[in-house]
Amino acid sequence: MRHCLTPLDFTTQELEQLFDLAADIEKNPDKYAHACDGKKIATLFYEPSTRTRLSFEAAMMNLGGKALGFAGAAQSSAAKGESVADTIRVVSCFADIAAIRHNKEGAAYVASQFSNIPVINAGDGGHEHPTQTLLDMMTIRQLKGRLNHFTIGICGDLKFGRTVHSLVKTLARYDDIHFVFISPPELRVPDYITDLLEEKGYTYEECIKLEDVITKLDLLYMTRVQRERFFNEEDYVRLKDFYVLNEKLMRRAKNDMYVLHPLPRVNEISVEIDKDPRAAYFKQVQYGVYVRMALILTLLDIHVD
Amino acid sequence: MLNVGKIENGIVLDHIEAGKAMLIYHYLHLDREDYQVAIIKNARSNELGRKDILKVECDPDSLSLDAVALIDPDITVNVIKGGIIVEKKKMTMPKQIVGVLKCHNPRCISSIEQELPHIFFLADARRKIYRCRYCEEKYSAGEREKWFR
Repeated sequence: MRHCLTPLDFTTQELEQLFDLAADIEKNPDKYAHACDGKKIATLFYEPSTRTRLSFEAAMMNLGGKALGFAGAAQSSAAKGESVADTIRVVSCFADIAAIRHNKEGAAYVASQFSNIPVINAGDGGHEHPTQTLLDMMTIRQLKGRLNHFTIGICGDLKFGRTVHSLVKTLARYDDIHFVFISPPELRVPDYITDLLEEKGYTYEECIKLEDVITKLDLLYMTRVQRERFFNEEDYVRLKDFYVLNEKLMRRAKNDMYVLHPLPRVNEISVEIDKDPRAAYFKQVQYGVYVRMALILTLLDIHVD
Repeated sequence: MLNVGKIENGIVLDHIEAGKAMLIYHYLHLDREDYQVAIIKNARSNELGRKDILKVECDPDSLSLDAVALIDPDITVNVIKGGIIVEKKKMTMPKQIVGVLKCHNPRCISSIEQELPHIFFLADARRKIYRCRYCEEKYSAGEREKWFR
């Protein structure tokens, strides 16, 4: 039985197969409309989420399956003190596959250790968010036509931004990628990420001002400074509007520098950018459903001819 | 020359860097056991100049030596049975350490689910870096006291 805890659970070859499958689902949705008839996904969301939970549920429904679960720890037995291990043991009796989001890092790994059904990590604290990475990768592949040979700028909260950690670790298996980390000093990318890049021979740079580097980027991945990751409200208020991507900055960027964002966006991307053809963040959401459909099929080992 | 009696069954930790014997005594939780223990500090050593030695009369299999490897993998472990050395072990960094280090990341699942074992894996053997199995927090040897359980 396979789980999806980090994008690294898949080889680059398996990722290609997954993206090919997602692309086929996009082209031929009817072909897959009954692939999961009679199957259920449990969405165990201990932490608030709109997009990811609905995306998983929509993905299963598009495949003919059903969804059950909870949204918020207060509505689950966690409020009574039940452990993740016990919850997943119980849920294994109700569903065929589970997507779990938890504010504590490693929760999905714990669930996978006690589960009888495939577990998908739908975000664990500031650690990993593999399906976001899969849809980010799919978006890059569809827009740039490749997953190698580019300079990617990653901007915002690089310390607690789990989407960033997952994305960098996954991209660090493809050729000739230069990473530009743009963040306030307090939200720098963690050392385990830069250690990994150094070990694998990738080049990277760290800077504070987006305007200093935007001209050389082929892709810009913006992130939100997340209030829920701060223990101190004062720090959050000071840092939340550190970056604002606006038309003036976009005029200096390359004509094919696509802007990605895991959403929700607050102030870090001005709404005036939304109509710019380089704004790719809403496309990501659509690709997210296709990728999650492909992932569900893969983990359930269901093949559609 | 100081003479300390031989042990019948147990382990002798030799070539401990001078001054670290008490640290190892502590991390092996020997203060909680009834074993006979001899700690020799600053013994003369051809190899190291000075060294510490720790002798423990016990069932040799009863001690988890992962903590020893973590503090100083160059320590030699002599296993004594029936008064003679039956094995000389060179410590190697264990691939996984369970129940020795405690993760201090407040966002780690192990911080709220008390029954979970604290597991660290060897993430980088060359740089001797261990990380928490759950959250990948890096164990820092510089803050050893904080990390050991």
